Order: sequence, then C-alpha cells, then structure tokens
Amino acid sequence: MIRFEEVGLSYGAAEVLRDLSFAVPDGGFRWLLGPSGAGKTSLLRLMYLAMRPTRGRVSLLGTDVAAQPRRALPKLRRRIGVVFQEFRLLPYLSAYDNVALPLRLAGRPEGQIKADVSEMLRWVGLAKRADARTPQLSGGEQQRVAIARAVVIRPSLLLADEPTGNLDDVQAERLMQLFREMNRLGTTVVVATHNQSLIARQQAPVLRLQHGRLIKDG
Amino acid sequence: MSRRHLLRPAGFDDLGLRHALADRMLPGLVAAMAFLAALAIGGWTGAAFLAAGWQEGAAASVTIQVPRPEEPSDGIARADRVLAVLRNTPGIESAHRLSKPELSRLLKPWLGPDADQLDLPLPAVIAVQLGNPPPSLDGLNQQLNTAAPGTMLDQEEVWATRLTRLVRSLQACAGLALLVVAGVAAAVIAVATRGGLAARRDAIEIVHGLGATDSYIAARFAGRAAKLAAMGAAIGGVIALPVLIGLAQMAAPFSESAQTASPLELLPPGLWMVIAGLPLLAGAIGWFTAQTTVRAWLRRLP
Repeated sequence: MIRFEEVGLSYGAAEVLRDLSFAVPDGGFRWLLGPSGAGKTSLLRLMYLAMRPTRGRVSLLGTDVAAQPRRALPKLRRRIGVVFQEFRLLPYLSAYDNVALPLRLAGRPEGQIKADVSEMLRWVGLAKRADARTPQLSGGEQQRVAIARAVVIRPSLLLADEPTGNLDDVQAERLMQLFREMNRLGTTVVVATHNQSLIARQQAPVLRLQHGRLIKDG
Repeated sequence: MSRRHLLRPAGFDDLGLRHALADRMLPGLVAAMAFLAALAIGGWTGAAFLAAGWQEGAAASVTIQVPRPEEPSDGIARADRVLAVLRNTPGIESAHRLSKPELSRLLKPWLGPDADQLDLPLPAVIAVQLGNPPPSLDGLNQQLNTAAPGTMLDQEEVWATRLTRLVRSLQACAGLALLVVAGVAAAVIAVATRGGLAARRDAIEIVHGLGATDSYIAARFAGRAAKLAAMGAAIGGVIALPVLIGLAQMAAPFSESAQTASPLELLPPGLWMVIAGLPLLAGAIGWFTAQTTVRAWLRRLP
C-alpha cells in the first residue's frame, strides 16, 4: 500500500509538489503521467525514499515513513525496485555485478545470487554481455541492466521512470509483460512515462500531475 | 562485521574505492607520519634508556678533588692520605686517582691539548666507585677534610638529577610530537576520505538507494583507509629503522651497556615492538577516522 496525505515537497523556496493525497493498494498498478516538469520524478523520489516530504505524511508498504528512525529505512528500501530514467548504474562494475548488487546488499548467498542474476540477464538478453562494464554497453543495453537490477530482488514495490525510453517496441513490450507478471504476483507497480502506445496497451488507473498538483487519480 | 559482509566475494569493490582512495598518496603521507612517529618514539625510548643508565651510574659514584695534592701532611702527600682514608673506609668499592694524561684529557676542552705542560696548580682528581651499601657521604667528607683540609667531594647524583629533568622534558616534547603526528595523520586520512566521498558521491547515493546501511558504506571506506594507512605506516617504520639505528650508534658512547652491542641490538626490544605495532596503530586511526567521517557525511542522506 502506498498512501500520500497532504504531501508537499520543496527544493529550497520552490515548491515542486503540493497537497498530494492518493493511495495505491497492495498489488495495484498506476501510470504516472504529466508533462515534463510536472513533478513525476520528484514524486517517484519520495516513493523510493531518496527524499522525505517537506510536509504531509507518506506511507510505503504499510510503513509510515516519518515515524521510522533513519536506521530503519534501508530495510524498507530493499523492498523497493527502481528503474531510473538515467539508469544510475555503477560504471566500474560489470553488468553482472550491477544486477547482483541489491542481492548482495540484502545478504543473499553467492550461489543464489549467481543463479538469479544469470537468469535475469538471460531474460533481458544480456547473458553474453554479463562481464561487460556498463560504459561498454549501448543505451538500450544499459536500460535493460537497470531493469534487471530493479526486479532481480523481486520487490514489493516497483517504480519505473521512463523505463522504455531507450528500448525498441519489441523490448518495450517484453518489459511491460514482465511488469504485468510481477504485478499479477502481487508487486505494486508505478510507471512514469510519456509513451502513449505503452499506456494504450496496458489499461490501468492513472495518477496525473500538473504543476506539482495531482489532477487525476483513477 | 555482519554475516552479510562476509558473503560478498573477496575484493568486490562496489563503491570503486580502489580508485577513489588512491593507493599512493595516502600511504605516502601516512608513511611520512609514521617515520616521524618512529623518530619521536625512538627519542622518547632512547632518552629514558640513557636517563636510567646515568642515574644508576651516578648514584654509585663520586668525584673527589684534592687541592695541592703533593704537599705533605704529616709527612705524606695529601693526595696519598686521602687515598689511604678511602681504601680503609667500608662501602667503597674502588678509588682511582686520575693520572696526568687522564687529567689532561679531562681538562682538554677548557685548557687545550697541552694542559699538562702548563704549570698550573691542578688538584688531584679521584674517581670513587661506591659499594652497596655505600658509606655516609657526610661522614666521608669530614674524614677526608681531616686528612687533607680543603678536599672537595662532588656527588654526581646532583648532575644526574638535572640531566634526568632535561631528559623528562625531552620525553614530553617527543610525546607531544607523537600526539601531533597522530592528529595530522588522522586529519590526512579524514581529508582523503572526504575526497573519496566526493569522488564516489553518485555511487554512494545509488548503493544507499538500493538499501545499503550506513554501517555497510562506512565499513567499505574504513576497511580501505585502514589498509592504506597500515601499509603507509609499515613503509614509514621500515624507513625509520636505519635512521634510528644510526642515532642509537651516535648515542652509544653515552651508555656503557650499549657500547658492546651489535647495531641491531642497539635498539631496545620495547622500541622494536612499538615500531612493529605502528601499522596496527595507523590502521586503527585510519579505520576510526574513516568511520567517523563517512557516518557524519551520510547523515545528509535521508
């Protein structure tokens, strides 16, 4: 469950999100839509705990974030998978090690990590590029590594910011199949995108932002 | 260290610290600090060693001056009378009258190389080694002045006490230098760690976002800083050794027990142990400094 109550977020004097109130139930799927600069990325940053709201209350996966001490947040973050628009991969690590990172941080044994990461890289079509460092990969390949890293941990909440920006139609459709399948198995999914054909293929409720305000929920 | 950390593959450098905390600059600077620390510790130990030797020797010896030594007193030269008294006094191990060449050598710094050819009324100088238990020096002084009036008894303990005070102040300086060196080393490590944090800010934010705890990130930095600091201290300690041995050789004439020792035996065992322990100490300073610096920096993240 994601619940936002009267949430506001400011960067200095500029308020980028205002009075957001909505809820996404466990296992829900939401498109996050809105023009550039509407506040989609900022809203996602609140959802993956990169920031705390300036005001209001945020609950994620049934946990009131404001009530948690800082040391309790890493455990919550490990239940959230994020596909960043700019990938945010570690350039000095191989594709394999980038995908393995969340599993290692979660303390999974190396045997299980090897099996999971190999399977994930095979699924995104990068099994043969496992040892390549990310700067050696194309934009599309890097995006697929970022997707693999986000889902390999089987998160309870999956957030994606323009996840198909560097993918062709076939890869984009495969990615949406993966998101649908994870959603069917109980993962809450929120995808921010401008890709209208993607939205047309997956009917789901919408969170629409404009000038930092929520103008549509449903 | 938690079980999680042990599960990571050996050498897995998720924060890229091998490049962010360079393996040349930090060990080089810590090596310089360790070199200075080794010299300070060497100075402290050497001063303590010499002070102990001086005090031990000074407590057991006195110097006696007999003016007009050849002048007869009751038909015997005054110096010989004094020597006779000394030999008959219980608690005196030996009494040796310095020969003319010995006296000349002693006075050479003041009177030049031809002191014995100058027609100066020099006193006889008698070096006395006290036994255990020693005689009462006040009683001995009275006896000697009865035998040869004007005889002077110099107890070397007074000078030894003054020298010991000087040594103690030198030791305090060495201790202060050691503290300053440790502080500078910690500052150098803190600056290097901050540089590493700045260079790896994105990586830290990514790993933090994936659920890494402050302990995990701080442990990565602390492990790297401890390793580099220990490496630097080991290099600094090794470079300091020949210098310390050289200094010990220069100081050897001031210590009778050191005169016969081989160069390696000139350094006391305690000093060897402290120099061997320098990498551990530097590693601990590196670990603690990096932990503190990184944890303070991480508090800016949510």
